[in-house]
Amino acid sequence: MSFKDIELNMGPQHPSTHGVLRLKVTIDNEVLVRIEPVVGYLHRGMEKLWESLTYPQILPLTDRLDYIAAVSNNLAFVLAVEKLAGIDVPKRAQYIRVILSELMRISSHLAWIGFQANDVGAISVLLYGFEFREDFLNLFETYAGGRLTINALRIGGLPYDLDGGLIGNIWKTLARLPKRLREIESLLNENRIWKHRTQGVGRISAEEAIECGLTGPCLRACGVPWDLRKDIPYSSYEDFEFDVPLSDRSDVYGRYLVRSLEIRQSVRIIEQALDRLPAGDHIAKVPKILRIPAGEVFHSIEAPKGELGFYIRSNGTDKPERVKMKSPSFINLQSLPAMCRGAIFSDVVSILGSLDIVLGEIDK
Amino acid sequence: MSKPSAEHPPFLLTKVDLFITWAQKNSLWPLGSGLACCAIEMIATAAARFDISRFGMELFRASPRQADLFIVAGTVTNKMAPSIRLLYEQMADPKWVLAMGNCAVSGGPFPTYSVVQGVDKIIPVDIYVAGCPPTPEGLLHGLITLQEKIAKSHPTKVMFKPNARRTE
Amino acid sequence: MPDGLNESPALSAVLDALAARFGSAILESTFAKKELSVRLKTESLLPVAAFLKSEQGFNALSDMIGLDHPGTPGEGRTRFSVLYQLYKYPAHLRLRLVVDVPEGGEVDSIVSIHKSADWAEREIFDMFGIRFAGHPDLRRVYLDPEFEGHPLRKDFPLQGKP
Repeated sequence: MSFKDIELNMGPQHPSTHGVLRLKVTIDNEVLVRIEPVVGYLHRGMEKLWESLTYPQILPLTDRLDYIAAVSNNLAFVLAVEKLAGIDVPKRAQYIRVILSELMRISSHLAWIGFQANDVGAISVLLYGFEFREDFLNLFETYAGGRLTINALRIGGLPYDLDGGLIGNIWKTLARLPKRLREIESLLNENRIWKHRTQGVGRISAEEAIECGLTGPCLRACGVPWDLRKDIPYSSYEDFEFDVPLSDRSDVYGRYLVRSLEIRQSVRIIEQALDRLPAGDHIAKVPKILRIPAGEVFHSIEAPKGELGFYIRSNGTDKPERVKMKSPSFINLQSLPAMCRGAIFSDVVSILGSLDIVLGEIDK
Repeated sequence: MSKPSAEHPPFLLTKVDLFITWAQKNSLWPLGSGLACCAIEMIATAAARFDISRFGMELFRASPRQADLFIVAGTVTNKMAPSIRLLYEQMADPKWVLAMGNCAVSGGPFPTYSVVQGVDKIIPVDIYVAGCPPTPEGLLHGLITLQEKIAKSHPTKVMFKPNARRTE
Repeated sequence: MPDGLNESPALSAVLDALAARFGSAILESTFAKKELSVRLKTESLLPVAAFLKSEQGFNALSDMIGLDHPGTPGEGRTRFSVLYQLYKYPAHLRLRLVVDVPEGGEVDSIVSIHKSADWAEREIFDMFGIRFAGHPDLRRVYLDPEFEGHPLRKDFPLQGKP
């Protein structure tokens, strides 16, 4: 460290970090020399807590991990439990789970666009993103009673069935979405300042991205077509036709393009699922006290942030022996120093935002 | 007619009180300490649909020295607790604290080794808003209750009771 | 060869190649719920991981999991285990490696092979107290540096020690 390096602390309370993250940054006249994230400010001891709860009791707590897209945590957990216990979920429940998952993905990406634009300086886009997200939160409130952490799934299926009124509301919300997306894109896509602050910023090569364990839209923005919904389909995703948006830009602008295209693909999936919703039960027969014989399983899904997985080890009782969550943001954050190589200090906020991290799932 | 004292302030000072509290409650500037899930609902309250700026609170300050309302939104862990205390101490008087969400009120669903069971173990709290997370309407109800609490306070009491907290 | 493995020819090919090269290092292999799990001798972890990455194409480490089972069921098992969940892209194959660690013992760090193991190993050290030899910067990642104890051990109380 030379004489002129300054060590700064972007501390746990900062308007731009997405939650309580601390960054130790060493800069030399605006150019970044070293960056080190320090996490743990939201460590709630969830994994220890889960060992003393039954499987249905763990389910609402998984909502609090990635709190912006709560259904994806629930989905990963119930799929892992069902795989371990050998429970078959009815087709109708699988389709409705896909619908809820994709609605959550849309609202997560809308929130991301808002946060990223807010960090870069386009504060009004935050208001646009959150306003358009409110429609989706209303749908969740109608279905499950909550806006954010909703506990919308159950082991073996769903708590409630989708009724005609809610299906009609979903169609209406989806019909309004393309025009609203075009509004946001008209503000950002050809905006000179946005392009200046996001193009060429935070580049990482595809090989290094796979080395670092990056998953999700950040990896797809490097041109790697890695999407678990297509590669190892779960919950009937193989029945639907959709594209996996890619970009070869590998920078923040590419990640923005990938996420806004993913919103459109999610709309496509939801429309197909609603069209072909099969009749049937919305939950399988699961015993009141679920005891799972000894075994272990690892199952992961494609969450909006990346590959989200659960490892569950059971020991024959109604409480698990060990539950470990594989969190995409924990691994994505490790590639921050690689992406920030040679960047200037004001780009750090932009790059950190593009990783789309959620401290709830990093710190568990 | 009793002498003016803390319990019976003179007429003129009550009018001054009314004016000061009217100004304070209609321009609270929050320090957004968004820690966890409740932070998202706080941002939703500040966004276009549940506009918080109609209550005068649109300006979320980043620096504690410029803020007078500390909204603790989310779980406070042992690692974060010194920072919360430091932020509170850095705020200038008069200041108020609103504990948002079950985690800030009493530790929430996490009775574990690393969670502080309620932010009132570290800093004094004025308003508690329960919920996991509380809806924006719930947070607004808490904020309006805080405004009513401020309206009932007597900032000029310091003239009679030298050690009074200015928010009493 | 565990039963049921012929359902998945790709995985059985991997197990064959592994057995051919490191026959003595493999202690046990199980195939349950369509997942292949291979238990290795602790000292052979690094060569096996390097072989799997360079010649079998397991280029991604999905997750590392620490386990504490005091009262060691089964012969020859130690108190702790570390599990490595590997993924082969683009063939979409998963493989789990299991390594036993006695109390106070050490495991080789695989940071040199998979960069994403960096923080995962720090997390296991933080939660269990298992040390990783060769890790560039082994310190706690979630808890304060002065925290005493390792929370995910079974003898650590949920509410913490006062």
